[in-house]
Amino acid sequence: MAIHLDENTKVLVQGFTGQIGSFHATDMIKYGTNVVGGVTPGKGGTKHLDKPVFNTMKDAVEATGADASIIFVPPPFAADSIMEAADAGIRYCVAITDGIPSQDMIRVKRYMRRYRAEHKMLLTGPNCAGSISPGKCMMGIMPGHIYLEGNVGIVGRSGTLGYEAASQMKDVGIGVSSSIGIGGDPINGSSFRDHLAAFEEDDQTDAVVIIGEIGGPQEVDAAMWARDNMSKPVIGYVAGLTAPKGRRMGHAGAIISAVGESAAEKVEILQECGVTVVPNPSAFASVVQEVLAKVS
Amino acid sequence: MDIHEYQSKEILADYGIPIAAGGLAYSPEQAAYRAIEIGGEVWVVKAQIHSGARGKAGGIKVCKTEGEVSKAAEELLGAKLITHQTGPQGKICHRLYIEAGCNIEREIYLAFVLDRANESVTVVASAEGGMEIEELAVTKPESIIKIAVEAAVGMQPFQAREIAFALGLDKTQVNQAVTTILGCYRAMRDLDATMVEINPLVVTKEGNIVAVDAKMGFDDNALFRHSNIAELRDKSQEDAREMRAADRGLSYVGLDGNIGCIINGAGLAMATMDMIMHAGGEPANFLDIGGGASPERTTKAFNLVLSDDKVECILVNIFAGINRCDWIAEGVVQAVQQIDLKVPLVVRLSGTNVEEGRKILVDSGLPIIMADTLKEAADKAVAIWKETTGK
Repeated sequence: MAIHLDENTKVLVQGFTGQIGSFHATDMIKYGTNVVGGVTPGKGGTKHLDKPVFNTMKDAVEATGADASIIFVPPPFAADSIMEAADAGIRYCVAITDGIPSQDMIRVKRYMRRYRAEHKMLLTGPNCAGSISPGKCMMGIMPGHIYLEGNVGIVGRSGTLGYEAASQMKDVGIGVSSSIGIGGDPINGSSFRDHLAAFEEDDQTDAVVIIGEIGGPQEVDAAMWARDNMSKPVIGYVAGLTAPKGRRMGHAGAIISAVGESAAEKVEILQECGVTVVPNPSAFASVVQEVLAKVS
Repeated sequence: MDIHEYQSKEILADYGIPIAAGGLAYSPEQAAYRAIEIGGEVWVVKAQIHSGARGKAGGIKVCKTEGEVSKAAEELLGAKLITHQTGPQGKICHRLYIEAGCNIEREIYLAFVLDRANESVTVVASAEGGMEIEELAVTKPESIIKIAVEAAVGMQPFQAREIAFALGLDKTQVNQAVTTILGCYRAMRDLDATMVEINPLVVTKEGNIVAVDAKMGFDDNALFRHSNIAELRDKSQEDAREMRAADRGLSYVGLDGNIGCIINGAGLAMATMDMIMHAGGEPANFLDIGGGASPERTTKAFNLVLSDDKVECILVNIFAGINRCDWIAEGVVQAVQQIDLKVPLVVRLSGTNVEEGRKILVDSGLPIIMADTLKEAADKAVAIWKETTGK
């Protein structure tokens, strides 16, 4: 089944006609994603990459029946685009944009609370590589060919480290049901926990890999939730054992600013919660293999 | 982005936060003149560096005469101050803030932070001022008051009153405290600050409230809409190499090891550093060259990593998504030829156009050590580093 996105997902591209939007939309279409159009205010009524362009998300959803969107809008306008997607009735939204101000994200999260659970858009990102259900649908900037279709779910904060894990797994013949990037910002649309819940319900997924890093409480929250609510095994890695306290390691959210935010501390709590920890980043495939062997 | 105490105070004063009279000085003469200008009998000479805990490092001096002010200024200007926040390399003081002393009755801790757990601005206060919050969290956790602000409506006066009363303030001081608390919140919201810290907020013997120290940090991602804040950046307080990296669109953090790293993606960079440690080495830096790395940017990355004298080996690890391995390989070849590289180089390429990339590296005839996997790359880098340095 995969989670959130599959062959039936109809995708709109926000920031469709821009250079970055065009580049990745082309890749997504090539992969087989059902891109039904895009939005660029002021260019409504035209065509781009053979797909219709709309002025507003409401127009686009009405005309295409789209249920998902991917955002390539520049940082100053990205929060606005996320809220526009939520209000237009989009179910699943991937925000690729890196550099959205934190207070804009606080406003976005507060705004989303106006919707009832059943109408609430699920947002992943910002500052992420996107989501992919291999063989079905790709909404993101990842190289699609490194993912084999299969039975392991991935949720991660980092793009390229997620590629590393997926390609190590592919090399030994392990495939992925869905891989979800939640992004490297301090305030994300959704966290590990939200996606663990979806993977627990998904009949294609037999185990889940969470790829975390220093900073913030999300990995620990997820591990505690998994301990109490999940029957499927969870495998975890936390990057940044060598990262010094108080220094921002590239991602806006990758900074140890409080007790419990270092890689070593997180690894300890993950283990206590029954998560199988990947001891170093070259061991993704071997650890997943061992865990899968126990499941079957 | 961090700013100086005096800059924070100027901003906060505009939002109604009470501060003592003070002025900036770049020389001992100017410092003495400021003291005369301010008047009174006690002055505090404060080193302006981007760090807390300046007092412990000798950066805060209480003076009773203009002569003392001048002498203190002479000692502090150009001095390197080392605190636990600056790291062992310390920070050099180029500016002083001369402030009127006040009669301290009690000290309060007050801070506004972006709380990642509940995704809001959160106020943290404690009646135990003067100490650092990390210390307080360990020694007196019960003294910490925390209130989250609802983003839709902003901070409400009742919340500020709750804090003021919880701090045990006198009813005559509560109104001043409420003005201060609400003012800090408005400054934080209006200017996209990530942090406002007043430590200590002082109640004077005369019963007034004064912000004796003030610290603000700002969201780099929001500086585009606050040009007046962006102008407050003091480059002398930032690491020269990290600043140069940022100006070139690279994200760099200098560390203590010997193996220089050039990697795409923050997560993969941290993971590669972990892998180097696992293999028995130590990374010299964190460096994310980002997506769409051109040969020019790759050359810049090499120059940057090599500007650290400690670097005795370089490890390049690229998992190309938006990047293409052939571009990266061209960049690596160009850089090595231009720079006349003297340290061993290990390159691991993976992802888009990997075969073309590897071919370019092999065909170049340069002494590049190739690796197929992350583990192999780290192992080879550590091994060749040990071999060439004898460490």
